[in-house]
Amino acid sequence: MLWRAVLTLLTAALLALFLLFITLPVASLFLRISPEEFLSSLTEPVVLDALSLSFVTATVSTVIVVLFGTPLALVNARRDYRGRELVDTLTDLPIVLPPAVAGLALLMAFGRRGVVGQYLDLFGIQIGFTTLAVVMAQVFVASPFYIRQARASFEAVDSLYEDAARTLGASPGTVALRITIPLAQAGLVSGAILSFARALGEFGATIMFAGNFQGRTQTMPLAIYTTMQGDMNAAISLSIILVVISFAVISAVKIVTRRKY
Amino acid sequence: MKVPTPATLVAICLLMIAGLLVAGCTTTEQAPETTTLTVFTAASLTGAFTDIGKAYEAQNENVKVDFVFDGSQTLRTQIEQGANADIFVSASTKHMKALQDGGFMENSTVTPFLGNSLALIVPVENQAGIAGVADLNKPGVKLVIGTKDVPFGDYTRQMLDKMAADPAYGQAYKDAVMKNVVSEETAVSSVVPKLALGEADAAIVYKSDVSKDDLTKVTRFDIPAEYNVVATYPLGILAESASKTEAASFIAFVRGPDGSAILTEYGFDPISG
Repeated sequence: MLWRAVLTLLTAALLALFLLFITLPVASLFLRISPEEFLSSLTEPVVLDALSLSFVTATVSTVIVVLFGTPLALVNARRDYRGRELVDTLTDLPIVLPPAVAGLALLMAFGRRGVVGQYLDLFGIQIGFTTLAVVMAQVFVASPFYIRQARASFEAVDSLYEDAARTLGASPGTVALRITIPLAQAGLVSGAILSFARALGEFGATIMFAGNFQGRTQTMPLAIYTTMQGDMNAAISLSIILVVISFAVISAVKIVTRRKY
Repeated sequence: MKVPTPATLVAICLLMIAGLLVAGCTTTEQAPETTTLTVFTAASLTGAFTDIGKAYEAQNENVKVDFVFDGSQTLRTQIEQGANADIFVSASTKHMKALQDGGFMENSTVTPFLGNSLALIVPVENQAGIAGVADLNKPGVKLVIGTKDVPFGDYTRQMLDKMAADPAYGQAYKDAVMKNVVSEETAVSSVVPKLALGEADAAIVYKSDVSKDDLTKVTRFDIPAEYNVVATYPLGILAESASKTEAASFIAFVRGPDGSAILTEYGFDPISG
């Protein structure tokens, strides 16, 4: 009995300490700025530009990830082919790569003298320092979050339903669109939300590959880093917005996935 | 697997806590007599101060010098937020003054020790065909400068203001140049690599930013003295430093013959004191 009491106490202490460690810094952001200061920095151009740029780019990159990632995830979930594990590993790679590596890699590939970039340059196409570069960096780092989740959701769909549809004469395309994707919907949506959140938070690859220019490539994380050096209130306000969004994203994913079964 | 008994779990928990305590103790333990100096240094001094640190450690075995290199404004913010450092070396008097006013510096130790000036750099290929600052307003030139808060970005704006005030260039010149800016970098150290890769057409950095190795990849143009801004670098000891004597002797080394020789080699102009 005594052991149990001690154990409960110790567990509670460890849990409380850890929760404190996570919540204290986040709460401190809210404590370091008054509501008036928060509202007034929301009207600053640097904050507004960063907000709208972040939302536009993260939305575009999520759409791209879903368009390209869904067929890939479906094929890898349903077809067994040589090299499938390799494809899987490659699509997972950006999760473990430090963003600095991603940024350098993109620069080496699509920079003005990059492996691909030098040919694009011949046609007058330059990607560096453009909003397109921001989207590319986000797609690169955020795609695995959707593709992993999508593949797992497709695998969780009982192939009995697909077989039934097929015996009734449905084409593979119809099976995918009418049976597999609707059944995997919850997982796909939560994967897309996670991917959107990762794109929103992307910093390292963006600042290396796309540079830092207000309204064009300065997304929220870049604006936080830049304004921290001159206008702390703007930096804290942007951080608070990102904290709120992140909280909403995790809650949304929890709600969507709970509905699944 | 057997379910562990509560006693085992308690033991594990205690071990974890003990582990934390031990880890906590070992980090504060120091070999006797060794002092570590933490020097917050402006990014433009990265090469020079790395060399100075090595030279100093070679002569003083009981002192270890740790550098944190970043934009001066970032370092200033970190100090204001309570970062522990012994010496702050700033690329502008503005950020040093702010820390002095805030009571973060040992004011009697703060002195200007170095001069630096701006230069224009372009990749050796020079695709945009730039021959000097007068070409920076040409449409389509991809120009990289610093943010308004990082010293080299601040000095660049001062330089452009001087040019705008001269009828030979005028406000239209400054506006056209600012329109060509494709990126505002937060530390000067990330600019030269972007130019060396040919990613941008031109950048305004410190004269000292171009090392001998870089000269194979970028070309440096002088900025006429009447527009150029001479940056003064101050350094000083932090009020909360626990090793003020060691810090003072390191500063004496930086300003002495050995330090000055290294700084001159990197293109700086040491101010004798």
